[in-house]
Amino acid sequence: MRYAETGYNLEIDLSRGNIERVETDPRLTELHLGGQGTNAKILWDRVPPEVEPFSPDNLLIFSTGLLHGTPIVGANRTSVNSFSPQTNLFAHSLMGGYFGPELKHAGYDKIVIRGKAPDLVYLWIKNDKVEIRDATHLRGKGATETAVLIKEGLNEPKAQVAAIGLAGENRVYTASIEHGHSSAARGVGVIMGDKRLKAIAVRGTKDINIARPAELFETCLDLRKKIYKSPYVGDWMAVDEDDGFHHDNFAWGNARVRRRGYWSKELEDRWRNLKYDNMDRQIGCYNCPKKCINVISYSGRKRFGYKCYGKDTYHMAAFKELDFSYEILGVAQEYGLDSYSTPQIIAFAIELYEAGILTDKDLPGFPSDSGERSFYLLEKIVRREGIGDVLANGVYWAARQIGRGAEAYDHNTTKKFEQLPIKLGRLNPPYFLMIATGEKMAITQIEGSFPQDPLPTIEEREEFVRKWDAVPDEKFKKWFLEWEKREQISNEASCAITDWNEAMHYIDDSIGLCGFLSSFRGQFGGGAAYHINNIPHLISLATGMELDKDGLWEIFQRNRNLIRALNVRRGLRRKDEKPPEDHWAVRDHEFEQKLLDEYYKFKGWTNDGIPTQETLDKLGLDYVSEDFIKRGILTGSEGTSSQEQKDEELKSRGC
Amino acid sequence: MKGELKKNKVRRIIVNLDKCNGCRACELVCSAVHAKPKYSSINPARSRIQVVMDPLNDEYVPIRACDYSKAGCDGRRVYMINEKKYSECSFCGTVCPTRDLFKEPDSGLPLKCDMCEDEKEPLCVQACPDGVLTYEEEEEVEEEVKPGEMEIGLKSLVDKYGLQKVADTFARMSQKG
Repeated sequence: MRYAETGYNLEIDLSRGNIERVETDPRLTELHLGGQGTNAKILWDRVPPEVEPFSPDNLLIFSTGLLHGTPIVGANRTSVNSFSPQTNLFAHSLMGGYFGPELKHAGYDKIVIRGKAPDLVYLWIKNDKVEIRDATHLRGKGATETAVLIKEGLNEPKAQVAAIGLAGENRVYTASIEHGHSSAARGVGVIMGDKRLKAIAVRGTKDINIARPAELFETCLDLRKKIYKSPYVGDWMAVDEDDGFHHDNFAWGNARVRRRGYWSKELEDRWRNLKYDNMDRQIGCYNCPKKCINVISYSGRKRFGYKCYGKDTYHMAAFKELDFSYEILGVAQEYGLDSYSTPQIIAFAIELYEAGILTDKDLPGFPSDSGERSFYLLEKIVRREGIGDVLANGVYWAARQIGRGAEAYDHNTTKKFEQLPIKLGRLNPPYFLMIATGEKMAITQIEGSFPQDPLPTIEEREEFVRKWDAVPDEKFKKWFLEWEKREQISNEASCAITDWNEAMHYIDDSIGLCGFLSSFRGQFGGGAAYHINNIPHLISLATGMELDKDGLWEIFQRNRNLIRALNVRRGLRRKDEKPPEDHWAVRDHEFEQKLLDEYYKFKGWTNDGIPTQETLDKLGLDYVSEDFIKRGILTGSEGTSSQEQKDEELKSRGC
Repeated sequence: MKGELKKNKVRRIIVNLDKCNGCRACELVCSAVHAKPKYSSINPARSRIQVVMDPLNDEYVPIRACDYSKAGCDGRRVYMINEKKYSECSFCGTVCPTRDLFKEPDSGLPLKCDMCEDEKEPLCVQACPDGVLTYEEEEEVEEEVKPGEMEIGLKSLVDKYGLQKVADTFARMSQKG
């Protein structure tokens, strides 16, 4: 018997209308866990680099995490992976809610979708019954409206639906996949639209088996109470209305203007009233007692949900206030648009207009108010109308298609992807590494275990490390105790911190745990519920696999290097690994490049950022190194000099 | 017929709808604790508590399975909440032939909440730290009328054929009398 997982994937070929239920190899679970880890393996095996993102041969994979459907609290994030047309790289995407657990109860670990349907279809999965159904009646419908119509049409109120809106249908690069008040962004909505797949509805009523159920159950009953009470997990911004953190520190408009001192008590009170006057309730995701999502019904709009910084992006891009975000979020949710990157495209276009690069010819009837302009551009983008057809490709591509100097206004992308609008003074070395080398594209998907900033006094630092159970190694405590100024931290520490931060995300994304309980949250307060020291035991209880900390760390390294390899095979190199030039005001090119050298060495990568044969082979990724040598990406003789030292480092897990 | 006074322990779960965050942990733990052997499997579809949910309409209503009823009822009243229509059926806990709620997914047999008799508190309550579900016990004194032998016999005939048919037969027999 397979524990925690079903052992079956659903293979859907939309071109031929073929549906298969395929048994999976249990060995892959031991090597990659599940979720994004096993997705990466499928993409490596089946999507060679010659396959363009819009090719029918590109895959779109919806995957449960290994721990979905177990009692483990907060295991509910579904990973959606593909290759993105915006970056031509691995598309990393996750959504909360109920979809993954429901899919597992239907008897599948993954839905692997290939081909393209001749016209709009949706997929209906109820246990063993799987159908590709006509969705032409849903054309142009909003994402949540689609979910309601499908559930009504099927008379299945308990079905879980993931759907695209107009943006996905029109292949807008920043289209999201919407599921209730959760969504999956960063390059997957566009592929779903390209495959003419409007939605997936799933209902499952099968059992999930656990290896050591009684022990796991008791542990989780206790854990649920702790997680509920703990201020160190979940989104604290759901209850703390002081949002000076984003408004004073993040950049407004086209990631240009920092408005220090913008936040005030008066503003806080006014916004608090606006929120509570319009909020229905705060909700969580499957099997999680936290309430991270604020559900708002705002006059004339469909009810929408937001969490954390998601409420700020639209109004900060337009120099407006919270009420403007409330105006636009319900509309954007129905269109199915990523609320992180889309506002940046809008602000970019407004800036081009003000600079005279885009004119009234490009933007006929362009209003004067920045809020009305945002709506104007939103409509153009989701319909790919006029200039919207260019802007729908994201800032990087739009800048090059517009030309006439527009390239200079693309100042906040890395690897062709819009970054968070953060513009700071002095370099933060681990952040340099994370933004440069991360392959999950958004810093929120990379940072998270080691605090962003030092604490001012030694007493506070001592207090912090005293209860810091999450550290993989005592040396992190030492580094934190000694850390006084943000930019003053050793390269050795920067490498290990980047590695640890990434590790937790790679682990969460393979088992389906939410970053707000785990990988993202440790940086604020150090008290994440899940960490490298307790996750292995939980995986063992759920799956029966023998796993310890070192074993889990090795799986992280395997998944990390495999995703690296996917991108390297599609052309990613050192030249692409740079944060936006103005991310920090003060830059030191020589220092940064030396740090990057050291990090590559630390990771067992060549000086060009390619995993060496030794690194790959040691992780059981021989098939990757063979492919690299065959393609001439590696010669087979790289990186041997530092390898012995590297072996030692791997053993002690650190720089 | 004269009844006897009898003490009853009344067990209740109070549901505070406004607090529910839709996590469905109650469903998960209910299915686990009622699995045989205990905890051996998880399947919210087998749970005796179900959160009737429509997030897009801000609807989160945990309901528990009550008794089985052989026939559908006449509950046809319709209510509007937040501009959405609900029938009495929407939040009813009775297991009946007209819908699939509270039936074993494999066999279709009815499920019933037993308040987790062997536990100190029902598990759904234990799994709900925010207090959407709270447990209450109360002693209630009521007059119990013990049914006579004939009543028991007639009851089983009513169960089998329905009251009308029994009454008709009785009337027919009386006339023939």
